[in-house]
Amino acid sequence: MSFVEVRNVSHSFGSENVLNQIQLSVEKGKIFGLLGPSGAGKTTLVNMMIGILTPNRGEIYIDSKKVPSFDVIDMTGYMAQSDALYQELTARENLEFIGSIYGLKSSDLKKRINAVMETVNLIDHLDKPVEKYSGGMKRRLSLATALLHEPKLLILDEPTVGIDPVLRKEIWDEFRNLQRNGITIIVTTHVMDEAEKCDELGLLRDGVLMAQGSPSELKEEYQSDSIEDVFLSVGGVK
Amino acid sequence: MRVFAIVKRIARQMKRDRRSLALMMIAPLFVLTLIWLVVDGDDYEPKIVYDNLPDPIVESLEEHTGELTTGSEEEAVQLMQDGEYDAYLSIDDQAPHILLEGSEPSINSAVMRAVQDSLKSFDSSSQLNEHVVEYLYGSAELNLFDRIGPVLIGFFVFFFVFILGGISFLRERTHGTLEKLLSTPIRRWELVSGYVLGFGFFTIIQSLFIVTFAIYVLDMYMVGLFWELLLVTILLAMTALSLATLLSTFAKNEFQIMQFIPIVIIPQVFFAGLFNLETLDQWIQVISKFMPLTYGAEALQQMMIRGAHIQDVWFEILVLLCFAFVFFVLNIRVLRGHRTL
Repeated sequence: MSFVEVRNVSHSFGSENVLNQIQLSVEKGKIFGLLGPSGAGKTTLVNMMIGILTPNRGEIYIDSKKVPSFDVIDMTGYMAQSDALYQELTARENLEFIGSIYGLKSSDLKKRINAVMETVNLIDHLDKPVEKYSGGMKRRLSLATALLHEPKLLILDEPTVGIDPVLRKEIWDEFRNLQRNGITIIVTTHVMDEAEKCDELGLLRDGVLMAQGSPSELKEEYQSDSIEDVFLSVGGVK
Repeated sequence: MRVFAIVKRIARQMKRDRRSLALMMIAPLFVLTLIWLVVDGDDYEPKIVYDNLPDPIVESLEEHTGELTTGSEEEAVQLMQDGEYDAYLSIDDQAPHILLEGSEPSINSAVMRAVQDSLKSFDSSSQLNEHVVEYLYGSAELNLFDRIGPVLIGFFVFFFVFILGGISFLRERTHGTLEKLLSTPIRRWELVSGYVLGFGFFTIIQSLFIVTFAIYVLDMYMVGLFWELLLVTILLAMTALSLATLLSTFAKNEFQIMQFIPIVIIPQVFFAGLFNLETLDQWIQVISKFMPLTYGAEALQQMMIRGAHIQDVWFEILVLLCFAFVFFVLNIRVLRGHRTL
């Protein structure tokens, strides 16, 4: 069984079908990109993986445990599309809060806070209230809260929106770093050049998983030069 | 301890948000003072024009009125039209004749009282059976402010906790932090408990502020025990808080929280004892039985005016506890919509 297994998941909000028979698997230690335009159902799918949304049909297994499960939650770090930070509090206070929810001891917590803030390059802004942060800084702090408890699985919903290219590269370098430590990463994106950096891709459109494979496999299969072209081909535009 | 983490976070947020803290602590004192200024004034002394009255009555009238002058009925009507006098009194055919200005009920009754008191003292027979008045509860000094005071205390505690608690939990949802929290190992009951305890801490301080201020500064009538009073207000605050977080689920933004005020808060004020409901139809009285503030205000009134103790108002306290418990459980249930675990 793969590390993450999505089996036959369908979901609808009211009469609107958002996911249709999704079937996918992610191997341990890979960076998996969920690529698709907005409204394709990416967020819905990752929310199901964390367990904050239960699918109408189908099931999801992570590390052989059926979602939702506190075992899975304990080892997963989640970064939502919205920054999910307490604006009045400083970065340190935000991290202390999330850390104590995960049950980190205060000495550990201090070390981890410094470590993750180094990682996202915000160590100099540790005691600044979040409301004074810029958009990109909030994004990075959000990522830091997801890394705090050293998760085995990272689920990141559009992590690099509003982040400049230099920093985006740094963040992707960090993903590679985490990957070397055996962490599995699932990331949603609608940016094509980010997609090229993933080990595996799932192309999602209108709630249907249209193709899955590594970027090179996909390009070969659809005889295209870029993932963008692949996307257009499967979408039936070309 | 995850509950404690939430408590600590709420305390830190409140500390940063000075204005909200002031709203919770100072605003009730301000409004209470305003009401005290308006309601706690001295009795109104009516201004009366008289004509053709025996001297003893005029002397007695002088004691009971603010201004007294003599004049014909036509002159009196002119003065009343100008808004300078409230009534005209004369004796026609052995019977007193009163013409009231009439547009303000409280002034009308003040005039009637003054006239009756004056005529009574003129009637020598009534002097013989001067009646003795004693009070089982309260005293002759007990006025409107003392009577509605306990209701007001209950109302302010309820109102401000409801607004702050509701908006704060709503923000948790709209800013995505609730989603983030539910992606962590926190249990749903821990989240709700954290909120109740976190805000509970501030509601204790708030209750202390309001009760102390009302009793020691505004001199509200109070014969009960201070700490027992505090216990009821805290319980009422807990009920308001758990109701607010529950209802915030049905609001999309802060404005929609405000929309709960006329639906949830205002009716409670009317039905909770600000006005005497006993003369109303049975079915209206039944409505008040579904409102937490009814029980909180009743317990406070019993304590402050009649000196009741916890054991005397055990039923009201029990009902409040039930309200708070039911809202608490419903909160945990509602969070299932976000995460079934």
